[in-house]
Amino acid sequence: MMVRGAVDSEEPDRLYTLTGGRSRAEEPDLDLVTLIVSGADPLPGMQSEHVKILRICRYPTAVVELAAELDLPVSVVKILVSDLLVEGQVSARHPSAPRASTELPDAAFLKKVLVGLHNL
Amino acid sequence: MDSTISEQRSRTPLRSTAIEGLKIVVVGGFGVGKTTLVRSVSEIRPLNTEETMTQAGLGIDHTHGVADKTTTTVAFDFGRITLNEQMVLYLFGAPGQERFWFLWERLFAGTLGAVVLVDTRRIEDSWYAIDRLEHHGTPFIVARNNFPGPLHGLEDVREALTLSPDVPLIDCDARDRDSAKHVLITLVNHLYALSSARETVS
Repeated sequence: MMVRGAVDSEEPDRLYTLTGGRSRAEEPDLDLVTLIVSGADPLPGMQSEHVKILRICRYPTAVVELAAELDLPVSVVKILVSDLLVEGQVSARHPSAPRASTELPDAAFLKKVLVGLHNL
Repeated sequence: MDSTISEQRSRTPLRSTAIEGLKIVVVGGFGVGKTTLVRSVSEIRPLNTEETMTQAGLGIDHTHGVADKTTTTVAFDFGRITLNEQMVLYLFGAPGQERFWFLWERLFAGTLGAVVLVDTRRIEDSWYAIDRLEHHGTPFIVARNNFPGPLHGLEDVREALTLSPDVPLIDCDARDRDSAKHVLITLVNHLYALSSARETVS
């Protein structure tokens, strides 16, 4: 219990610094599988996490892959990515699948998924 | 130092044409083989990440006061399958414990469907997951990870899980790529049938 407490008290400080104390992304639509693509090279003086994101996203990279790569919680990565989106340094390719779990993608869409799986 | 290491990590990038990320979630108790199944079909070594949230960010109705602010952390792993030039499927292995379901909407809204991976030696671990998936209206199939060999017939499993007859139930070997692939195909076939039926009605 005491060991856990020590770990817990250290980690939020780092996260607080990274996000400037914000707890929510300004871009509410970022999904785990939204693909992020860099539109620019890192600029001198940028926060190192922003630099890393711009480098990784030279190829499309899902939000969740960024989180794993940067070793940060998903919600923190969403905030960092939304900073870059606001500044126009990355673009986001949003999933088209319906968000509500009671809705299903149309059959033609699912057919494409099936074909892809069969071809594995 | 660590930036050099992460730059050198052998990350396989997606194609530049990738535009559509998709999600399928594999839910099951500890040690049931979720990560094994993800690894069997993934084109990347499974990666691990976590989501941390204080109660204020949970987006759920809470009847208690703000005084009992709590932090919820859920770790999960995932793999990736490139389906075609545009579509890339992310496969998430997620624990079925109670706190995980608080984050379900936040993390897995828009998921195509779910696979409940069952270990028949601990079948009761799956009851809660099935109940929650039904509650969220997420379509799912059940796959029995058939290692070290079945103790019961599949119909016994269906009965023990009180599973409705229209939910597909199959055997699999999570270590085997073709078997893991078959699990995903069974799920998407199920989704296809559900979606086709709805289109016919409407």
